[in-house]
Amino acid sequence: MTKYIREFRTALVATLVLAVLVCGVYPMLVFGLAQGLFPENANGSILINNGKVMGSSLIGQEFSGPQYFHPRPSAAGAGYDPLRSGGSNLGPLSKKLIGTIRQRAIHYRMENDLNPDVKIPADAVTASASGLDPHISPENALLQAPRVAKARGRSEEAVRMAIAAHTKGRDLGVFGEPRINIVMLNFDLDRSR
Amino acid sequence: MSIFHSPFGWIQLVLFTGILLVLTKPMGVYLTRVLDPKGKTFLDPVLRPVEKLLYRIFGVNPESEQAWQGYTMSLLIFSLIGFVMTYGILRLQHLFPLNPQGLGPLSEHLAFNTAVSFTTNTNWQSYGGESTMSYLSQMVGLSFHNFASSAVGIAVVGALVRGIARHTAKTIGNFWVDIVRIHLYLLIPFCLVYAVFLTSQGVIQNFNPYVTARLVEPAAIETVKRDVPGEGIMERKVEEVSIPQGPVASQEAIKILGTNGGGFLNANSSHPFENPTPLSNFIQILSIFLIPAGLTYHLGRMVKDQGHGWTVLSTMFVLFLAAFLICWWAESAGNPRLHEIGIDPALGNMEGKEVRFGVFNSALYAVVTTVASCGAVNSMHDSFTPLGGMIPLMNIQLGEVIFGGVGAGLYGMLVFVVITVFIAGLMIGRTPEYLGKKIEAYDVKVSVLFLMVPVLTILGLTAWAAVSTWGTISLNNSGPHGMSEMLYAFSSGAGNNGSAFAGLNADTPWYNTLLACAMLLGRFFMIVPVLALAGNMVQKKRAAGGGVSFPVSGLMFASLLAGVILIVGALTFFPVLSLGPIVEHMLMLKSGSLF
Repeated sequence: MTKYIREFRTALVATLVLAVLVCGVYPMLVFGLAQGLFPENANGSILINNGKVMGSSLIGQEFSGPQYFHPRPSAAGAGYDPLRSGGSNLGPLSKKLIGTIRQRAIHYRMENDLNPDVKIPADAVTASASGLDPHISPENALLQAPRVAKARGRSEEAVRMAIAAHTKGRDLGVFGEPRINIVMLNFDLDRSR
Repeated sequence: MSIFHSPFGWIQLVLFTGILLVLTKPMGVYLTRVLDPKGKTFLDPVLRPVEKLLYRIFGVNPESEQAWQGYTMSLLIFSLIGFVMTYGILRLQHLFPLNPQGLGPLSEHLAFNTAVSFTTNTNWQSYGGESTMSYLSQMVGLSFHNFASSAVGIAVVGALVRGIARHTAKTIGNFWVDIVRIHLYLLIPFCLVYAVFLTSQGVIQNFNPYVTARLVEPAAIETVKRDVPGEGIMERKVEEVSIPQGPVASQEAIKILGTNGGGFLNANSSHPFENPTPLSNFIQILSIFLIPAGLTYHLGRMVKDQGHGWTVLSTMFVLFLAAFLICWWAESAGNPRLHEIGIDPALGNMEGKEVRFGVFNSALYAVVTTVASCGAVNSMHDSFTPLGGMIPLMNIQLGEVIFGGVGAGLYGMLVFVVITVFIAGLMIGRTPEYLGKKIEAYDVKVSVLFLMVPVLTILGLTAWAAVSTWGTISLNNSGPHGMSEMLYAFSSGAGNNGSAFAGLNADTPWYNTLLACAMLLGRFFMIVPVLALAGNMVQKKRAAGGGVSFPVSGLMFASLLAGVILIVGALTFFPVLSLGPIVEHMLMLKSGSLF
C-alpha cells in the first residue's frame, strides 16, 4: 500500500514540475524569442491603415464590390468569420455541395462576363479548409481582372501588373502552389487609387 | 489533372523522402542516447544538473529499474493525474486567468472527452479552439498532455525495445527516468527551435485579446433569426470581425513533433495562423515522421541488428508510398460531378483545401497524419473524393504502424513483427524465434489481444451508432458518406489519431462519452499488453549460436510483414469500407445520384 502512495506522490510532483517546465517556462521562452525576433508575425501580421486595424495579411476577408478581387467562397460561420474557422465538410456527392457550386459558377460567369465554354478555376467556386484562405489562384485572378479594371476606370494592363506584382511563386521555387494574396492586392489597389 | 503532369509534386515528394531518410540515422542515434539513462548528449552541460534536480524533487532513484508491472503502474498513475488536472482546468476555466475573451466552462461530457483525448495522445476535438478554450486551458490543460502523452509513447517503445534487446533479465527501465529524459533532451529543446521557426513563417505567439478589425466593405450576411419564430431570413451588415490571438507557436511545435494533432484553432493546420506558408507545411509534414523514423534506427542499434531496423523502416516506407500515391491520384483526378458543370479539372478537388497547399500537399499531409497517429490536418478529409478519403481512414484502421505515432507506431509495428515471426514459424514448421528468443503462447496471446482491441471497438461502436438516432442525427452528410463519417470518428478515436470527417457533430453527450471510451481502450488496453510483452521477452534466454532464427531483415521479411499488416487490416475492415467509400466511389463514376 505504501508503495502505491509513494507512486501517487511521485506522479503528482512530476505532473506539477513538468507542467511548470512545458506550460510555463517553455511557452514563455518562445514568447520572448518570437516577440524579440519576429514581433509583427507573433502578433498576427496585423494590417493598420490610418491608425485603424484593417485585418491581417494572413486572414482572408470578404470583398464583394465589382472594384475588388473576390476571395474564395468561405464556410467559416456566415463567411470569413475568424471565430468560426473551418470547411464545409460536404462530401463529393452531396446534393447541397453540387447545387451550391452550380449557383456559384453561374454567378461567377455573370459578374465576370465569361463565355459558357470558359472553364472556371476550381478555387473560385469551392470553399477552403480554414474558411479564411487569403489566397486565390493566378487563373482565378486573371479572369476577374477585366471586371476590376472596368469598375476602377483603369486599364486592364495596370490591373494585370498589380496581379503580377502580388503573385507569389512556390516557396524556395519548389514548395506549395503559386498564389495571390487578395487582401494585400485589394488594399494595394485602393491605396494607388 | 493527372499526377503525371505535376512535376513539382514529384520533386516535393523526392525531397520529402530524401530528407527523411537522411535524418533517420542521426535522429536514431540521438534517440538512443536519450533513452539510455547514462547517454551523453550535447545538451548535458546545461541540462544534466536540471535532470538530477528533478529526480531529487520526484524522490526517484535513477539507478533503480522497474519490472514491467511497476513500469505500467507508474505510467497509469501518471496518466490518471494528468487527466484529472486537465478535466479540472476545463471545467473551471472561467475562474482562472489568461482568459481575455471570458470564455465559460466546458460541459461535463465535453471536458471528459477532451481530457481523455489529450491524455491518450489522440487530440480528437469535439470543440472549436478559438470559441471554446481560454489561453490557460490551451497552454496548461492541453499542452501539458501534448508533451506528456508523447513522452509516454516514446517511453513505452523504449521499454519494449529493452525487453527485446536484453535477455535473462527482469527489468525494462525506469518510467520516471525515461519521462524526464525525453522531456529534457528531446521534446523541449527541439520544440523551442521549431516554434521560433514557425513564428518566422507567421505563426502567432502572444497573449493579446482578440483583435477587432474594421472591414473595408461591410459584408451583407443573410442570417436566420432564430429567437423570433416565423421571422425567417433577414439581412444583416457585418462591419467588424474579431481575429483570434494566443500562444499558438509553442503549442503548434509539440502538436506536430509529438504527433498529437490537436489544433489551437478549429481549422487546425489549415488555418493561416497555424500553418501560414508551404514551407511551414513542408517542415510540419517532415517533423511528424522524424521521431517515428528515428525510432526504427534506435531499434536496430539496440538489438545489434541494424538490418532489422532498416527492414522495418522500408516496410513502413513502401506502405506509406502506396497509400500516398493512391490518395494523390484520387484528389488530382477531382470530382467528375463538378467537371460536368464547367469547373476546370486542372487544380483537382479543391473543396476543403487551401490554395497555398493545393492538392499535392493536402494529400501528402492527409496520408502522413493518418499513417502516423498525428491527426493534425491541413485540409478537410470529409470533402475528399471517396477513394482519396478512404486512404486516411484505412491508414488509421491498419493500426497506425506505418511510421505511426511517436512510440506508439513502433510498438504497434513490433507486435506485427511478433505475429509475422509466429506465422513464418508455422509455415516452415519450426519453433518461431525472434532475434534468438523463442516466441511462445503468452507472447502471441498478448499480441492478438493488442490487435483485437481496436477492431472490436471500431466495428462495435460504429455499428451501434449506425442503428441509433443519437448516431445518425449528428451526421453532416447522408448516404454512404454518412456511414464514412461515423466509421472515421470511431476509427480515429480507437486509433488515437484525432483527425475527423469533421462534418460530424461530435459534441453531443453520446459521441463525447463513447469516443472517450474508444480512446481509452485504444490507448491503455494496448499499452498494457505491450508492456506485458516487454516483461515476458526480457526474461527469455537467447538461443546460443544465432543463425537458427528466422531472418528478420531483408526483402523476404519485409514482404511477409507488409502482407500480414495488409491482410489483417483488409480482412477486418473491407466489408465496412465497402458500405462507405467504395460504394460512394462506384456511385460517383456510374450514376447520377446525389445525397
